[in-house]
Amino acid sequence: MYTQALSTERPAPASAVEDPALLARFQARIDAEERIEPMDWMPKAYRQTLIRQISQHAHSEIIGMQPEGNWLTRAPSLKRKLQLLAKIQDEGGHGLYLYSAAETLGVSREELVGQLLSGKAKYSSIFNYPTLSWADIGAIGWLVDGAAIMNQIPLCRCSYGPYARAMILICKEESFHQRQGYEIMMTLAKGTPKQKAMAQDALNRWWWPSVMMFGPSDKDSVHSDQAMRWKIKRFTNDALRQKFVDATVPQAHYLGLTIPDPDLTYDEASKHWITGPIDWDEFWRVVKGEGPCNKQRLETRRKVHDDGAWVREAAEAFAAKRRKAKRAAAA
Amino acid sequence: MSSPDQAAHLKYLLRLADTSLILGHRLSEWSGRAPTLEEDIALSNIGLDLIGQARPLYAHAARLEGQGRSEDDLAFLRDPEEYLNLQIVERPNKDFAVTMARQLAYSTFAELAWSALKASRDPEIAGVAAKAEKECTYHVRHSAEWVIRLGDGTAESHARMQAGLDDVWMYTGEMFEVDDIDRAMIAAGIGFDASALKPRWTEAMREVIAEATLKMPGDGWMSTGGRRGVHTEHLGHLLAQMQVLPRAHPGAAW
Ligand SMILES: [Fe+2]
Ligand SMILES: [Fe+2]
Repeated sequence: MYTQALSTERPAPASAVEDPALLARFQARIDAEERIEPMDWMPKAYRQTLIRQISQHAHSEIIGMQPEGNWLTRAPSLKRKLQLLAKIQDEGGHGLYLYSAAETLGVSREELVGQLLSGKAKYSSIFNYPTLSWADIGAIGWLVDGAAIMNQIPLCRCSYGPYARAMILICKEESFHQRQGYEIMMTLAKGTPKQKAMAQDALNRWWWPSVMMFGPSDKDSVHSDQAMRWKIKRFTNDALRQKFVDATVPQAHYLGLTIPDPDLTYDEASKHWITGPIDWDEFWRVVKGEGPCNKQRLETRRKVHDDGAWVREAAEAFAAKRRKAKRAAAA
Repeated sequence: MSSPDQAAHLKYLLRLADTSLILGHRLSEWSGRAPTLEEDIALSNIGLDLIGQARPLYAHAARLEGQGRSEDDLAFLRDPEEYLNLQIVERPNKDFAVTMARQLAYSTFAELAWSALKASRDPEIAGVAAKAEKECTYHVRHSAEWVIRLGDGTAESHARMQAGLDDVWMYTGEMFEVDDIDRAMIAAGIGFDASALKPRWTEAMREVIAEATLKMPGDGWMSTGGRRGVHTEHLGHLLAQMQVLPRAHPGAAW
């Protein structure tokens, strides 16, 4: 997921800054469905787009640990406690894996993390919403991981090899998370009246932010065309969003829950569920920093970073001492 | 469940299960908060191992008790004074050095304990022990590496690591106590003699602490009582948070 095209500056066209022959050969490789590997020649804009997208994705995995972590010490059974701890751990692993993929493009993890902590880098806005009840843990798995899968499955065929390979592994785990989340919702929906109300309330609060996870509508999206030509993106935001809505609405019905959209209708002709208007003002407001938890998420991340500084310094100092001792012994 | 041996057996299982669960819970509090991403993942791993050790022991205890309680009832509906974990595992995480000192002290003990329990005549305990011993070998290595790194790192980490060891030390004595329940379980071939493990534990700790250029804390007054339901102030808060949903929704399934 987590790859909503958020930058609003339009990059210079690649044809203006790159050697046309190299560019043509590069495009031919992409068109032939070849994978681009780290040592291969690539246009600067391709590299920049991937760095931005992969690092945004990595940051989202890391920030995404917070809303779920909010319920970790309150998970209501031993099974759920183990599941949630393992899930959040998976997300941390995704972050690690994605930072490594970004590093193959010539940036360091430190630099990328610095961009996150300074507020310069974006991450998926969905994580700027709070988790207010246990049902939110089910809703996040079902909807947020579910939307992530829709977005990421095409990325398993992304033209950049390291990203594509990372996505294959990550998608497997996300679909596991999605099933687990749905199972939590199922348990609640079939539970006590209070539990069912909890599940409905979570759906009410997570539905629209999940629908918005696919990013702005195609007519307002800046990067789509070039990213499509480079096969960094295979489907438009709106196409992916439609896939998600079509898959999810029947799942909500099966749970006996109501999608919080009075305009939602099934279109017999196209076989699609058509949603009511999406509140893009809310989307842009949260992207630009004015969501319920934007400040809190960054503050927490900064505090964790600061609190751990002495440990990282100690590990470096220790490693340096050991290297020195080794050299002295060898001399 | 009526014979005195069965009552002792049940308490014995709860002591083991509670100790693993509470330390696993403490480690889960580090999730998303560790000094590095790699360490975040490692601490979750250890936490998962520990909660994973507790779960079959609770299930076994629930069957043995035969009162219709489930593993979750035992974990989520007992009060602090019914919890029988060692006090060392309920101690707050404080900083990373305190957490690592606690981990090294407990895991070094637990590796020896589970190794002894592999021979338990209770096949469920023996089964958990075989798996847990291997897990603890990794937990010991991981925490020992950090204690050494922090002890021999910077002046700040050295001071914090020493403070961590000093902080945890008064809770280590309880690990080696043997009471009537232990004696009954040793006699039945179910339990192990913790007092016999002290010399090996002390030696193992001494080795790591020396390599870390730290000072071995002295054995002063030791806090005790966890295995009888007498705890530090911290367990009540931990359980209040952990148990909030099952207690707020009696009878609900999750
Ligand atoms: Fe993920
Ligand atoms: Fe996930």
